Amino acid sequence: MSEMLQSGPRVERDGDRVVINMGPSHPSTHGVLRLVLEVDGEVVRSCRPEIGYLHRGFEKIAENKTWQQFVTWTDRMDYLAPLSNNVAYIMAVEKLLDLEVPPRCRYLRVICCELARISAHLLWLGTSALDIGAATVFFYTFQQREILYDLYEKLTGARLTTSFVRIGGMARDIPEGWLEEVGRFIDQVIPVIDEVEALLTRNRIWLDRTQNVGVLSREDAIALGVSGPVLRASGVEWDLRKAQPYLGYDEFDFEIPYGSVGDVYDRYLVRIYEMRESAKIVRQALERIPDGPMNADAPKIVLPPKEKVLTSMEDLIHHFIILTEGIHPPKGEVYHAIEGAKGELGFYVVSDGGPSAWRCRIRPAAFINLAAIERMAIGQMIPDIVAIIGSLDPVMGEVDR
Amino acid sequence: MDLFDVVATIVKVALVVGILISTVPVLTWVERRGSAFIQLRLGPNRVGPLGLLQPLADGIKFLFKEDVIPPHVYKLFYVAAPAVSFIAAVLAFAVIPFGSAFVVDGRTVPLVILDVDVGVLFLLAASGMGVFGIILAGWSSNNKYSMLGGLRSSAQMISYELSLGLAIVSVLIYAGTLRPVEIVQQQIGGTWNVFPLFIGFLILLVSAFAETNRLPFDLPEAETELVAGYHTEYSSMKFSMFFMAEYINMITGSALVTTLFLGGYALPFQRLVFEGWLGLEGNLLAVLELLSFTAKVGFFLWLFVWVRWTLPRFRFDQLMRLGWKVLIPLALVHVVWASLLVMWGVPA
Repeated sequence: MSEMLQSGPRVERDGDRVVINMGPSHPSTHGVLRLVLEVDGEVVRSCRPEIGYLHRGFEKIAENKTWQQFVTWTDRMDYLAPLSNNVAYIMAVEKLLDLEVPPRCRYLRVICCELARISAHLLWLGTSALDIGAATVFFYTFQQREILYDLYEKLTGARLTTSFVRIGGMARDIPEGWLEEVGRFIDQVIPVIDEVEALLTRNRIWLDRTQNVGVLSREDAIALGVSGPVLRASGVEWDLRKAQPYLGYDEFDFEIPYGSVGDVYDRYLVRIYEMRESAKIVRQALERIPDGPMNADAPKIVLPPKEKVLTSMEDLIHHFIILTEGIHPPKGEVYHAIEGAKGELGFYVVSDGGPSAWRCRIRPAAFINLAAIERMAIGQMIPDIVAIIGSLDPVMGEVDR
Repeated sequence: MDLFDVVATIVKVALVVGILISTVPVLTWVERRGSAFIQLRLGPNRVGPLGLLQPLADGIKFLFKEDVIPPHVYKLFYVAAPAVSFIAAVLAFAVIPFGSAFVVDGRTVPLVILDVDVGVLFLLAASGMGVFGIILAGWSSNNKYSMLGGLRSSAQMISYELSLGLAIVSVLIYAGTLRPVEIVQQQIGGTWNVFPLFIGFLILLVSAFAETNRLPFDLPEAETELVAGYHTEYSSMKFSMFFMAEYINMITGSALVTTLFLGGYALPFQRLVFEGWLGLEGNLLAVLELLSFTAKVGFFLWLFVWVRWTLPRFRFDQLMRLGWKVLIPLALVHVVWASLLVMWGVPA
């Protein structure tokens, strides 16, 4: 400490290298990511990500909560796309129960997942542009997210902690007029994306800052197990919505954009196109969403409607049992993954027949994508690191869980 | 020099410094409202009408904040750095003419503080001092981010000073004088320099952006990379000095571009319309000239704001590449072009 107080230049030196501690509270590390950078001038010679600042032990918590209760924790993982986390977890449980949801629920889940993807990508677009210095884009995209949050609120009652998905269905049916509002949102978000593209896509400075920066080769991408837009930008055409269709994604007409170089610019383009494709999917879903029941006909799993609880003996018993004891899936283990906004978001749940998971393991896309930063960072400059973090789009809530 | 000259000079100095310092709050207001306008926000709109008193509130806040000097800094340079930055910024304005002359009590008072033969050189020297403030701040803060910010800014400002200087040299060759007042007078007589020397105008404009450390060249304080760059460790009035220096540099840069290329305080078609048809002269003309100068500088100030909230930021090596491989060769070619114009007798 006395050395600290001494007046004089003091830098930790290792040969000609200086160690810089970037984060956990740094303007561009998006949450509590900490990078230990060894720099030679401004060129990065080694980059070590330090994580765990937001670790809340979700996987362990899952063992102490009932199957349904754990949904609220999934909101707080990738908190930019809570609805798709809800869907991913619930679908794993439903797979365990071998339960089919009605088509109306399926379509609503698709709409929710795609809106969540648009929401997450809008945030990524704003913040990664901000990192590279284009501050205005941030406000354009956040205004759209605000509308999206209003839509979430109308549907689920909450802006961020939605917890809307239930085992075997959804918490409520769609409020009146909500689908039309979603349609209007989709119609006006596309011009905003166009406007942002006009600001960035062919901007000379933007191209200089993103092209051939943080290149991840196709082989490395596969070897490191990255997924989502990061994988696709490296030229791998792999999207769970196409590769292993769930929620009836195979009925929708959409395309999977993929890059060729695997640099920051490719990741930018892939995400921009994904937003457009998501908008296409939402439009189709809005057109086709059928009437009918929202929840599966499974009285031992799905809560009965309140008026029935008050009038019918059997429903009262089901209601009581589900709420006090929870549901009892059969013994077994399943893994179910969906294509979340960040990539493959998977839940591996093991049941011993009890009311809560015996073990729940989450495959977080952001965590595995973040591991690729070391491969990309070496030899780049400090401003590139900022661009790379932005392009990997880590959400520390999901990385640390 | 009699008492009248002394008083006139003191009044001019007081007015110019006063106006410069009080333009900064207005500029911050313009910057905040302007960025809000660009970003679909409202910006400050609570303190005073249209939020006009917000800068005043900020100023009071700066004054009354605790003045923290972190224990790990080099005290002397740490304290001196903001002052150096600020003084250099104000000093450069001394040679900028902002009008022809007022007639007071039968005597003419030229509207420039320092009308010297080496005015342009003085301006370059004064603005060159500004980099010392930033280097000292970055180095004496004893913080790695500040250090990187200081390093970046020294490399950046020295590189861009070259292209800035070369762009100015082409004007000097064209005008054949180092006196800003004379350069403006020549432009009133002939055409504004922006027409024959358009490339030089662009080079000077780009270099001015780099010299003021404004986006897209704001690398020394790139927030998302270096937290706050060279002024990470500064707070209260010391931070505010850097802040003011940046804005005064913007004003000086705009005034420089205006003086050298856009006819300074000249009114459009001054000889033909204002002095010829309307027959204006004396104080009324001087007031109009002042307004014209203000309008031109104001335009460039808005351009600074506009660009800042539209473009992304360069990377350091790209900045250097642009400076050394594009701007400087281009400026050299342009110097040749200006010499050719002189050879062909264009300036008349």
